[in-house]
Amino acid sequence: MTAYIIKRLLTAIPVIIGLSVIVFLIMAMIPGDPALAILGSYATPENVERINRDLGLDRPLPEQYLIWITNLLQGDFGRSYILNRPVIDEVLERLGATMILAGTALVLCSIFGILAGVVSAVRQFGWTDRVVTFFVLIGISMPAFWLGLIFILLFAVQWRILPASGMYAVYGGGDLSDLIRHLILPAATLAIVATGVVARLTRAAMLEVLRQDFVRTARAKGLDERAVVYRHALRAALVSIIPVIGVQAGFVLGGSVYIETVFQWPGLGAMLVKAVSTRDLLLVQGGVLVAAALYVLVNLAADVAQAMLDPRLKS
Amino acid sequence: MNAILRGVASATLALALALAGPAAAQTPPNVLVVGQIAEPASLDPHVSTAANDFRIHVNIYDGLVRNKPGTLEIEPALATDWTISEDGLTYTFSLREGVTFHDGSPFDAETVKFNFDRMLDETHPFYETGPFPLSFNFASVEDVTVVDEMTVEFTLNEPFAPFMSNLASPTGLVVSPAAVEEFGEDYGRHPSGTGPFKFEEWESNARVVVSRNDAYWNGAPSLEAIVFRPITDANTRVAEMLSGGIDVLVETPPDNVATFRQDANFTVHEAVGPHVWYAMLNVKEGPFADKRVRQAVNYAVNKESLVDDVLQGTAEVSAGPIPPAFNWAHNDEVEPYPYDPERARELLAEAGAEGAELTFYVTEGGSGMLDPVPMGTAIQADLAAVGLEVDIETYEWNTFLAEVNPGLEGKADMAEMAWMTSDPDTLPYLTLRTEAWPENGGFNSSYYSNPQVDELLNSARTSTDPDERAELYKEVQAIVHEDAPWLFVANWKQNAVTTANVEGFQLQPDFSLVLRNVSKN
Repeated sequence: MTAYIIKRLLTAIPVIIGLSVIVFLIMAMIPGDPALAILGSYATPENVERINRDLGLDRPLPEQYLIWITNLLQGDFGRSYILNRPVIDEVLERLGATMILAGTALVLCSIFGILAGVVSAVRQFGWTDRVVTFFVLIGISMPAFWLGLIFILLFAVQWRILPASGMYAVYGGGDLSDLIRHLILPAATLAIVATGVVARLTRAAMLEVLRQDFVRTARAKGLDERAVVYRHALRAALVSIIPVIGVQAGFVLGGSVYIETVFQWPGLGAMLVKAVSTRDLLLVQGGVLVAAALYVLVNLAADVAQAMLDPRLKS
Repeated sequence: MNAILRGVASATLALALALAGPAAAQTPPNVLVVGQIAEPASLDPHVSTAANDFRIHVNIYDGLVRNKPGTLEIEPALATDWTISEDGLTYTFSLREGVTFHDGSPFDAETVKFNFDRMLDETHPFYETGPFPLSFNFASVEDVTVVDEMTVEFTLNEPFAPFMSNLASPTGLVVSPAAVEEFGEDYGRHPSGTGPFKFEEWESNARVVVSRNDAYWNGAPSLEAIVFRPITDANTRVAEMLSGGIDVLVETPPDNVATFRQDANFTVHEAVGPHVWYAMLNVKEGPFADKRVRQAVNYAVNKESLVDDVLQGTAEVSAGPIPPAFNWAHNDEVEPYPYDPERARELLAEAGAEGAELTFYVTEGGSGMLDPVPMGTAIQADLAAVGLEVDIETYEWNTFLAEVNPGLEGKADMAEMAWMTSDPDTLPYLTLRTEAWPENGGFNSSYYSNPQVDELLNSARTSTDPDERAELYKEVQAIVHEDAPWLFVANWKQNAVTTANVEGFQLQPDFSLVLRNVSKN
C-alpha cells in the first residue's frame, strides 16, 4: 500500500509541473496586464512601463517562468502586488477557509447523497424513490449562486436567524459556534447541488449490487434486511461510489468559487476570481497550484480508500 | 432507514436553532460597520489607486490641506497656512504644532519631505516600498525643502495650479516615516497617520478596524471604532444592509435605491461627484471626423431616459467635460444637448452619414463605469432609431483599457469611458489636448484636437488666479460642447445608505468617506 501511495504521489509531480506551465502561459496570454489593473484609467504608457519594470514583467517569458519556478522550489511564492503581501500567506489563509467550507459540503453531500441513493435503490420505483429522485433532480438543476441568494433572503433578511455573509461576526464572536452559524448557509447551498450527483450514482451502484448473488445469499441465510443493505450491499457499492466522491471534491472546490463570492466567504475561490480580474499573476499562479495539489491529494485519498475496500486493487 | 433520515433532519434543525441566537445580525453600539465594495489593496495612501481604499485612508490620515466638508474648497489641515510665490513656483507651508502620529512619532517638516521624496525620488531609501502609481499628481515638484522645523517649501518646475487640490487628494495624505522605516514594504498593512482614527487590525478578507484617536488635533471623534467590511457581491451587500449586518452601505446598486428610500429604517444620501461618463468619438477617421455627425449622436441619444431608467436617477445628464461638482469652474450656461432625433437626422443627412456603420467599444464593468452594458445597448438603440448601425464589442475592464488607451484608430468609432478627478484640470488636460494623443503618452484616445482648447488648458494650468482659471475652464466647456468630441452622457451622483441611528453622515464631492463627524446611537 505504501508503495502504491508513493507511486501515485510521484505521478502527481508531472501533473503539477505541466499545470504550472499552463497557468503561467494562460496568465501571460490573456489581454490586459497587471500594470493596467494597478493604474486603472491612469495607465499612461510611461507609467505602465515603469510598473512593468518594477515587477520584472519586461523580461522574456521563459526567464519570468524560470525565476518564478526557481523561487517556488525554494518555497518562495512571491508577493501579490495587488494585496501587497506574500502570496503564500494569503493562499494558506484562504485555503483554510475553503477547506472548512468545501470539506463540510463534501461530508454533507456524501452522507445525504449516499443515504438518498440507498433509499431510492432499495425502494426502486416506489413512491419514496420518486420523491427522493424528484428532490435530487431539483438539487442538481438549481444554479448554486441563485440558491445561495434565496437562502440569504429567507434566513438572513426575512427571518433574521442566520448571518448573510462572512465567516465570523465582524465584532466580537470568532468562536466555533460563530463559525458554524456563518457556515450553515454556504455549506448547505454547496452541498445541496453536489448531493444530487452522489445520490444518482449511489442509486445506480446499489441497484447493480442488489442484483448480485451474494446479496441473494445474504438474504437467503435470513439476515436482517438492514444488515443486507448496509453491511453487505453498500460496502460493495462504495467501491464505485468513493471515486465519485473524489470527483465531487473537485466539483465542490469549483462550486465554492460562486458560493464564496455570494456569501463573502474568504476562501480560495473568491480570491482567485478577484486575482484573475486584477491580473495578480503570482497570486493566481500560486493559488491554482495549491488548489490543484489539494485536488490531487483528495483524489489520491479516494483511490487509497477504494483500494482498501476492494481487495482486487490491493495488489 | 427512514428513522436515520428523520434523526439527521431533526439533529440538523436542533443545531440550527441552538446556534441561531436572536442577535443574528446586529452591529455593536457606537461602532460603525461600513460595507465596502472590496478588500483594500493597501492602507498606504501613496500606493493605492482605488476609491474603495481612500474611504479608509481619509479616516486614518490627514494631508497638509483638505477639502472643506461638502465642498471642493481647500481648508487647512496639517498645514495651518501657506503662501504662494508670485511666479507660482514656490509654495511655503507653516505646519501645525504638537501633532503626533498614532505610533508616537512627531509630525514636522522632515516628515513632509520624507513623504514626497519617497514617492518622487528614485534614489530615496524607501522608494522601493512603492510603486506609487498616482505620484504623477506631484510630477511638477522639483524639490521639497525643510526651512525650519515647522516650515516646509515646495519648489515646482513649472506653475501648476491644481497643486493645492492634489495635495488635498488621498495621494497627498501624510504617512509616518517612523512606521515606513519599521515595516518597509509591509507598511501598507501597518499604517500610521495623524488622523481621527488609528489603525487597529486588518484581518484579511474579513475586516479592517480603526479606533478613536483621543488625541486628534481637530477634536476626538464620537465613534469608538469603525469596522470596514469587504462585501464584493452587490446583492449580498444589500442583503447585509437589510438584515442589519452593516450600518453604512456605499455604492448602492441603482435597482435597490428605491427600496431603501421607502423604508423609514434607512436614510439614502446623495451627492454630486466630480465624475463624468461619456462615449469618446473617433475624431480622426470615419463618420465622426465630421463635427455634424458628432453633434447628431449627441442629439440622438435620450440622456434623460438613460439616467432615469437605466441608472434610476443615480446620475444627472452631463453637458460637457467638466462636471458641475467643480462649481467654481463649471459653466452653467452650457446646456446639455436636448433629445432631438429630428435634428439628429437632419445633421446626418447634411453630413451624408445616414445609415453609417459604427463600432462601439463597451466595457463589462470598471471603476466609475456605472452600468456600462445596459447603457451601451440603450445608446445603440437610440442611434439605431436615427438610422445609425452600431456594432457593440464588449470587453472585460482590463482588456478594454488595453484596447482603448492606445487609441481607437483602425479599431473603433466610439468607446465608453468614465473619470473621477480631484481638479477640473485633470480630465480635459489628459484627454482633450493635442499633446495628449496616445502616442505622446496621454489619454486622448479619440484624437480630438483644437489649438484653442490646447491653449486655454495650458494657461489654466499655469494661472495662479482662481477667477482667471475659472473663466478659462468655462470657455473650454463651451468650445468642447460645440465641437462634441464626446457623446456627453452623465455625471454620477454618489449614493450611500445609512441606518436610522447613524447621525452626522455626509457624502463628500471628492468621493471620500469622512467619518470624523459621524455618531451612532
